[in-house]
Amino acid sequence: MAATKGKASGATPAQPNDNRKPIIVVDDVHVVYKIHAGGRVATPGADRGGLLTKRTKLRTVHAVKGVSFTIYEGETVGIIGSNGSGKSTLMRAIAGLIPIDQGDIYATARPSLLGVGAVLLPALTGERNILLGGMAMGFSRKHMEEASKKIAEFAGMEEFIDLPMRTYSSGMSARLRFAIAAHRNHEILIIDEALAVGDAQFRARSEARVREMREQAGTVFLVSHSMTSILDTCNRVIWLEKGVLRADGDPQTVIDEYKAHMDANP
Amino acid sequence: MNKQELVAYAEAHGLSRMGARPPLWNYLVEVWQRREFVIAMSKFANEAQNARTRLGKWWLILLPVFQATVYGLIFGFILDSARPDNFIPYLFTGVFLFTFISSSFTTGSTALTSNAGLIRSLSFPRMMLPLSTVIRQFLNLVPVLGLLIVLVAIMQGGLKLEILYLPLVIVVLVIFGLGMALVAARLNMQLQDLGKLIPFANRVIFYTSGIFFSIENLLAGNPTLLAIAQWNPVYAIISLARGALVVGYEVDPWMWVPSLVWALGLSILGTVYFWAAEERYGRD
Repeated sequence: MAATKGKASGATPAQPNDNRKPIIVVDDVHVVYKIHAGGRVATPGADRGGLLTKRTKLRTVHAVKGVSFTIYEGETVGIIGSNGSGKSTLMRAIAGLIPIDQGDIYATARPSLLGVGAVLLPALTGERNILLGGMAMGFSRKHMEEASKKIAEFAGMEEFIDLPMRTYSSGMSARLRFAIAAHRNHEILIIDEALAVGDAQFRARSEARVREMREQAGTVFLVSHSMTSILDTCNRVIWLEKGVLRADGDPQTVIDEYKAHMDANP
Repeated sequence: MNKQELVAYAEAHGLSRMGARPPLWNYLVEVWQRREFVIAMSKFANEAQNARTRLGKWWLILLPVFQATVYGLIFGFILDSARPDNFIPYLFTGVFLFTFISSSFTTGSTALTSNAGLIRSLSFPRMMLPLSTVIRQFLNLVPVLGLLIVLVAIMQGGLKLEILYLPLVIVVLVIFGLGMALVAARLNMQLQDLGKLIPFANRVIFYTSGIFFSIENLLAGNPTLLAIAQWNPVYAIISLARGALVVGYEVDPWMWVPSLVWALGLSILGTVYFWAAEERYGRD
């Protein structure tokens, strides 16, 4: 693991003599969730019974533990790791959507996050969600009204665009959200598992769009469990495990290491 | 690389810190720039809410009418001779305006908690959420006001010239509602227990603001208590509206003072209070 964490990959804040242009600097970031967990906790001693032992407990979950890396211009970064490894939390923190407890995140522009869990307004129709999503990204209403047909077409959803989003299947709504976010050229785009959904046809279309965005000097993060789509689109991979950065560097090397780890710890 | 080097490195390459709260002025400018989004979201959310019932928009008018009618029958019967003059227009004005205040308070308090999905997927000034709930309530208030004016005109056989004050009263009312929504949104996000108290708080406001009785008559013998009661913003704003609409009541110039002090004070304080925690929204 130390082999891929070396200088060449740019792990931990950049070397000052490095003349590549940094886009994002993540420096020793920690995220701690504090959750009021109700009910009993199954620990020895909790079996003394009675209502009195039932109390609300403040649990803390240290989701991201001191992660550092620097992303440079022109990189498309894959983020891998098992479920609950802190990938999505870290991406939300980078997008400025959840506060961090320690460390710093710097970026050239505010990254836009596109995630599977990201529901706009489920009670509204697909078309309204296109309008709102676009306006939230800063487009005018007029522009979005003109663009909405094109976006629906990209998502392959023209037929259902007048139905409320809550009636969509998870694949359909993920497609629509991707189409909305992909409408703009983001300087920094974070895609959380979005390419894993949708049929083969849509996947090809969305991968083509990611490549196009990358060529327009944008930086793309791709969080996925599909190693094929990571290898197809990324030129750098970061592996997180239990909130800690395990490896960072060349996609094939990091993925091989990850697979070896997964096989060793089934 | 230590912290200072990092800051210098970031600055040299044009990087800025993420999740940092913008200065208040820039924050408000950002809100203003996205006004189209706020307005569209308010309209769409209202439409979606109405779309699931058969009578849809009609409920906006039907519900306050039912409420006012029931209150009119019950309190009219209980209060009997202690009823304020011109009781029905008096009561309807009170109930309709109170509905705006209580619903701004209630929906404002859940503006952040009920939009967690939106907060965690898009970045925008979070103030737009409570702002949008107040705009929604205002859009709901417009048809109700129209109905109120028609009803009052029929019952009184015409309208007063003072109705010209009404738009100004409504502006003050909306600003006051915004202040309530902003404060309630942050409080309820940080301590959800407070959300449980809001229906109770609304009832207290309802019973202490002279919606169905006259505070002046009740406290006529006690000038000190009356002076305190007149500083109740809900009472002050509603009494201005009554002065504009109901025959037998005047627009008391003094009532503008508590109304404006509360509306401006609460919305300015609420804005600063809400903005101060901007970096902390988005946590479960």
